[in-house]
Amino acid sequence: MKNKEMLMRKIHALDFAIHELVLYLDTHPVCKKAMELLKEYRKKRKECIALYEEKYGNYIVTPADAPASGCWQWLSSPWPWENKEV
Amino acid sequence: MWQYEKKLQYPVNIKNPNPKYAQIIISQFGGPDGELGASMRYLTQRFGQPFNEVKGILTDVGTEELAHLEMVCSMVYQLTKNLTPEEIKKSGFDKYFVDHTAGVYPVAASGLPWRAEYIQSKGDVLADLHEDLAAEQKARVTYDNLIRLIDDPDILDPLKFLRQREITHYQRFGEALRLTTDKLNQKNFYAFNPNFDKGFKNKM
Repeated sequence: MKNKEMLMRKIHALDFAIHELVLYLDTHPVCKKAMELLKEYRKKRKECIALYEEKYGNYIVTPADAPASGCWQWLSSPWPWENKEV
Repeated sequence: MWQYEKKLQYPVNIKNPNPKYAQIIISQFGGPDGELGASMRYLTQRFGQPFNEVKGILTDVGTEELAHLEMVCSMVYQLTKNLTPEEIKKSGFDKYFVDHTAGVYPVAASGLPWRAEYIQSKGDVLADLHEDLAAEQKARVTYDNLIRLIDDPDILDPLKFLRQREITHYQRFGEALRLTTDKLNQKNFYAFNPNFDKGFKNKM
């Protein structure tokens, strides 16, 4: 697996960990431990995205991430269901 | 994947509950040309598309339709709040109420539950985009009819917004169809499309 894909997978794993914490916090809104973990994962995610953008350019997962200059990068392949290397 | 945004695309603030109106508006949630079908139609058709522009517009319009579904459901919710048994019986809402109370369930105005037969995903970009153009027009007519039947300005305001969005989507799908036909082999303009496998082409 290429470094780019490894880093992307790491961001996706952090996204999932954050999502899992969101579900947990929905039913445990005052849990300090979960809140600490959320803080940690959000920080790690931010760092990973910064690293990704430094190395590979814009990290685009929503239309809002696509830069408002040059060509409209939102459309570029592969789309997530296409089973192709990023 | 998707993430929820805790807001409506356009505000819905209805002061006066009206279960009669709720029963016709709900058709734009679970009816034949409603927003549930619209979102499922576009989000499923995406997988069969050969061009990035079409994948993009189906993803983004399909996502917006989920936001419209939420607006329509919000209208139904606000129109069926705090009803008395008398109001429920008098308005004919009792037939819905008996199965769903005031829960929001995808049905047409006629009471028929939402069906997957309302949509199609044909694995063919020309067939799919033509279906989408027709779907936007049918949804626009349904909003026209709701606007004809309803007098409350609190309801008309979001309905007019939703009607306008159908027109915008129709425009974008028309452009997607033009982009698609521009990319097809001109000799085989209507007979073929890029999804056909080579073996099948020999039989045409």
